[in-house]
Formats: sequence, structure tokens, C-alpha cells
Amino acid sequence: MPKWGMLVDLDRCSGCRACVAACQIENNVPINTEEIVNQRRGIQWIRIERYWEGTEYPAAKVRNGAMLCQHCRNAPCEPVCPVYATYHNSEGLNTQIYNRCIGTRYCANNDPYNVRFFNYWEPQWPESYYHYLNPDVTVRSKGVMEKCTFCVQRIRRTERQAKREGRALKDGDVQPACVQACPTDALVFGDISDTGSRVSRLAQDKRHFRVLESLGTDPVVFYLKKVDPQHVGDAAKQPAAH
Amino acid sequence: MRERKVLSDSLINDELLRFPLHTPTWFWFAAGFLGLFILAFISAIGIMVVFGLGVTGLNKPVMWGWMITNFVFWVGISHAGVMISAILRLSQAEWRRPVTRAAEVLTVFSLATAALFPLIHTGRPWRAILWVFPYDFARGIWPSVRSPLIWDPSAIFTYLTGSTLFVYVALLPDLAVARDRTTGWRHAFYSALALGFRGTPRQWKLQTIAGILLSALILPVFVSVHSIVSWDFAVALVPVWHGTVFAPYFVIGAVHSGVSAVATMMAVLRWVFRLENYITPDHFDALGRLLVTVGTAWLYFFFLDVVFALFSQEAEEVIVMQQRLFEWPWNFLTVMLLVTAYVIPVPLWLSRRVRRSITAMFFTSLLVNVGMWTERYWIIVPGLMKKYDFSYSWDQFTPSLIEITLVVGSFAIVFFGLLLFAKIFPIIPIFEQKEGQIFAEEIEVGRARVPAVIRE
Repeated sequence: MPKWGMLVDLDRCSGCRACVAACQIENNVPINTEEIVNQRRGIQWIRIERYWEGTEYPAAKVRNGAMLCQHCRNAPCEPVCPVYATYHNSEGLNTQIYNRCIGTRYCANNDPYNVRFFNYWEPQWPESYYHYLNPDVTVRSKGVMEKCTFCVQRIRRTERQAKREGRALKDGDVQPACVQACPTDALVFGDISDTGSRVSRLAQDKRHFRVLESLGTDPVVFYLKKVDPQHVGDAAKQPAAH
Repeated sequence: MRERKVLSDSLINDELLRFPLHTPTWFWFAAGFLGLFILAFISAIGIMVVFGLGVTGLNKPVMWGWMITNFVFWVGISHAGVMISAILRLSQAEWRRPVTRAAEVLTVFSLATAALFPLIHTGRPWRAILWVFPYDFARGIWPSVRSPLIWDPSAIFTYLTGSTLFVYVALLPDLAVARDRTTGWRHAFYSALALGFRGTPRQWKLQTIAGILLSALILPVFVSVHSIVSWDFAVALVPVWHGTVFAPYFVIGAVHSGVSAVATMMAVLRWVFRLENYITPDHFDALGRLLVTVGTAWLYFFFLDVVFALFSQEAEEVIVMQQRLFEWPWNFLTVMLLVTAYVIPVPLWLSRRVRRSITAMFFTSLLVNVGMWTERYWIIVPGLMKKYDFSYSWDQFTPSLIEITLVVGSFAIVFFGLLLFAKIFPIIPIFEQKEGQIFAEEIEVGRARVPAVIRE
């Protein structure tokens, strides 16, 4: 049984938001119109958070970071749901069962990463877009929570295909939409229980960290720190300066 | 301890059954007026169900707002009734007699109103009903008992059942009195409810025992209910919610706002039903003294909560606390809740003249509840606005018209319930009143006059 996990290399992320668009299309995420954004109810299963450092050009720096459900192995959102609408499955996914969800929104409150979204309105698309909805993914109704699933429909499809072909899943077979769309290969997806997988190997990098690790949520999304060109080798230089 | 007016039994019957048996014109106006608000309340729920919760002011970081604030507020109000009634009954305080029922009924209606809010606050209330009542046995799907949202309805429905029984048991003898003084459908109605109470010694004994047992059983429930409500917050990871002090803090806050609400309600009852013979300045004096203690204890916990947040030196908590104390409008609300819930009323209650003035008690106790509503808002929302380090997702909360309607409507529901109850049942316990008279009577023993029954 694989345990799925992801890695985000912040040094490679250019903040292009291809992952965001791919995710919206793959997962039938309602369109974040200007009105919805102004209501502060935008739904983005994966988002690029942009933070600025400094104010004037040469000194000003932009920091992009992809934030998506961390599929925590000790997820704070799970125990607070009164109806088991969210639970951890055997493949390490934090799943959301729309039919069971009654919309108490407690999971969203208890989620420190702000990656759970509530359908405040019935999701709507322009008429012609209804032909483009992904038939593999449920269209959520108003009043339920939704969140990143690591594209569980793709995982299942690939697993079925591998089974039909009578072979085991290979590393890199399963690719969520965001990973597939990433032009700089900043996102890596794979089985973290397999020490040989690409994601496991990259997560050993000395730049690795996990977000809000101090809360003890034990996320399976790993991050690699950005390398600042100005400061390359700083660590080595510093002792000499003193 | 205090002077007692000597009233004849027939006068007590007449005065206390006047409103249930005769309908003044103002009743229809009052009921109609409150009915309009209730209609608005129901329409607001309808709009939420049809269009989705988008019609509220809630947004992505702030998923809980005024509705949950109002829920906590009404659960808080519901605390006083049974606390006053049960504690005073067990301690056999004589002055409790006229106020117990009104306090208990306030508990029942405010609790029922409070229980509405988490339900209508869910995204899919038509399914949420299955969350309160375990469902889907066939597929083995049970509610998750790890969730505070399961503890919550369990505690509230236990409390609601207990306090309803409590009211009913104390109502039985009065229903019998009403039955004996009515004809026609009213007679049939009161007969059915009186369960054949005839006032035999055995019935009195059972009624008394049931009352005492329920008092003793309901006290732990009363403490647990608001503790559990506080765990809805304390169990969560949200900065400033995540505190062990929450349970006693919420309980004492509930008692503060609840006892104040009882004082407000008693003043209104006295004015509306002209109960000068029954609700006296002595009662307000006693409640005022209780409130000085409770209010001060609440203030202690309030500051304890602030100190805990700052003492830990966790950046997340400090940021939220900074917003609460220094940023508009939270800095205003901080000052407002302290002034209204403590700084104005409590020093005033130190004066005996204020405590015995019904007008002063009415306004000061009302002020406390303005402050306590603000306090609940102050506790719940800021933590959600600035949750952890992702300043990208920080946002504000502004209530919409729907939420304002729901909050105002909830007050109308409670007032309407109280009015309806007072219309159907005597709001001052008749039998308790008479029992008090008998206990206060003096008998001659030899040459001395001594109280018939020694109490107090």
C-alpha cells in the first residue's frame, strides 16, 4: 500500500500559477470570479502565496510558496468532524466525503494551513463550461467542505490501469494535475513509504522542512528551502568573517 | 431575615392566575410584535437554506461568526435559571420561592433557542439533524464521538430534558389549581397536564422528592454544559482558543450573564404583571450581592485568559491579542465589554440603595448582557481572523443583514416563549408561595410565639 506524499521545491517555483489553473480544471473547482474573491470566499485547492521582502527594486524580493492540503498524518481537521466526513484513508490521503458532510466548518477552523474550503454558494460555471467538467470528479453542492484530494481520481485510474496490465505501480506513474502542469518541475509526487522514490530521495535534501511543523501535525508535503543567490555560501563564509 | 407580606390564599390564587385566565389587549399586540421578528427570523433561515450560507458575512478564514457567538450567549443565559433554582432549593433559601419558575423557564427557552443556532449554522441543516441523532445504522456509520460537536448536542439535550422536567414537576400543583378554577377546554387542557394531581400527602411527597432529586442531578449537568461548549473552542488549534482555562472561564461567564438576565427578567415581570407583592427589592438585593461575587470572578478569569495568551509568548497568540487590544474595532470592543460587564455595574451593586432599586437593577443587569454578548464575539472571531503565519489568508469579518436578523430574532423567540408560558401557566409558583406563607406563620407554644417551621 503506497503512502502518497508531495514535495515542493521553493527554489524552482517561479510563481506562475499553472498548478492553480490545472487544479481548478481537473477538480471542477468553481471559478473564483471577482465577486467571490471580494467576498473573500475564493476556492483554491492549491494556491501560490506571494510575500514581498523589501520595497524598492534591487532590494525587493518576491517569495512564492505553494500551499495545498498537507495531508497531515496527525490531521487536526479530522477528529473535530462530528460525522466522519473527513478521515484518513489507508493510502495516507486526508479525504473529504461530500455526501456525509453537513457543513459545520469546524474542520476549516481547526486547519492551521487554511486549505479547506466551504461552498458558500451553489457552484456555477458559464453555460458552455458545463461540457468541460471532469466526469471523474463530483461537482460539490452548496454547504459542503472541499479540499485537495491529491487528485484521488488519477491515483485510482492509474492503479486500475496498472492492475489491468498486470504490473505494479512505478514511481512517477501517478501525477496529480498540479504536478503535471508545473513547468519548472518544482512539484514532485510519489510514494513516501518507498525510500527509492524520487519524492523520498528529494525530501532527504538538507534544505527540507515542513510547514508549521511545531504544531505536530506531521504533514506529508515536504518543502525545500529557496536558495538565495546573494547568500549562497554565506554559511561557509560567516566563520571566516569573525 | 426579611419581612414578608401576609397574603390570603384566595388573593394569591387570584393575582397569580389573573394573566393565565384573563387576556388583556396588550397581550395580542405584544405577541404580534414579537411574531413579526420571529417571521423575519424564519425568513432569514429560509434564505440561508435556499441560497446557501453565502448570504451571511462569513468568509474563508472566519468560518464561525455571529451565529456561534449568539449560540454561546444563549447557552450562557440558560445557566442562571437552573443554577439559581436548584442551588436555592437545595439550600432551602426561602426567598427563592417567587423567582424559581421564571428563572427555570428562561433556561428552557434560551437553551432551546441556543440549540437552534448550531443547526441552522451548518451548510446543510436538513442533513445536520442526522448528526444530532445517530444515523445510518445499516452501514455502520455513527457520529464521531471524538468531535466536540457530538459532546455539545449531547450535553445540551441532556440539560434541556432535565430543565424541562424540572419546570414540569414544579408546575404540577399549580396546574391542579388552574384545573380546579377553569371550565371548558381550558379545564380539559389543565386536567390533562396536571396528571391527576389532587394534593394527597403521597403526591406531595413524591413531588417534593422529585424536585430535590432533579435539583441535585441537574447541577453537575449545568456545570458540564458550558464546559463542553467551551471545549468547542478549547479543543481546536486556533490561536487564543487553545486554552485550558476556557471551561471554568465560560462557566463563570455564563453564570454572570445568566444571573443578570434573571434580574432583568424579574424587573420586567414585576412591571408587566404587577407582581409587587411577590417580587420585592429583597430579591434584587440578593441577586445583586451574588452578582458582585460572580462578576469579579469572571473578571479574574478574563484577565487570566489574556495573561495566558501573553505569558506563553507564542507569536500567533500575541498577534491576535495585539489585534484585540490595539486595533479597531476590537480595541473599542475590549473597552466596551469591560465597562459594560464590570466597571459600571459591579461597583454600583456595592451600594445597597442601587441593589434595592428595581430600575437601577434593570439597567445594570441589562448592561452586563450587552457586555457578555460582546465578550463572546471578542473570544470567538479574532482568533479565526489571524490564524497562524499565513498572513496571505488573514481577513476581517463583517456580519450581514441575515446574521443581524437572526440575532435580533433570537431575542424575540425567547421573549415570545416567556410571554406564551406566562399566558398559559402561572409564572410565579402558587404552591411555593403558599408553602412559604405557612412556613412563616407563627404559632403559640405556651405563652411564646414561635415560627411554625424553622428555616433560613
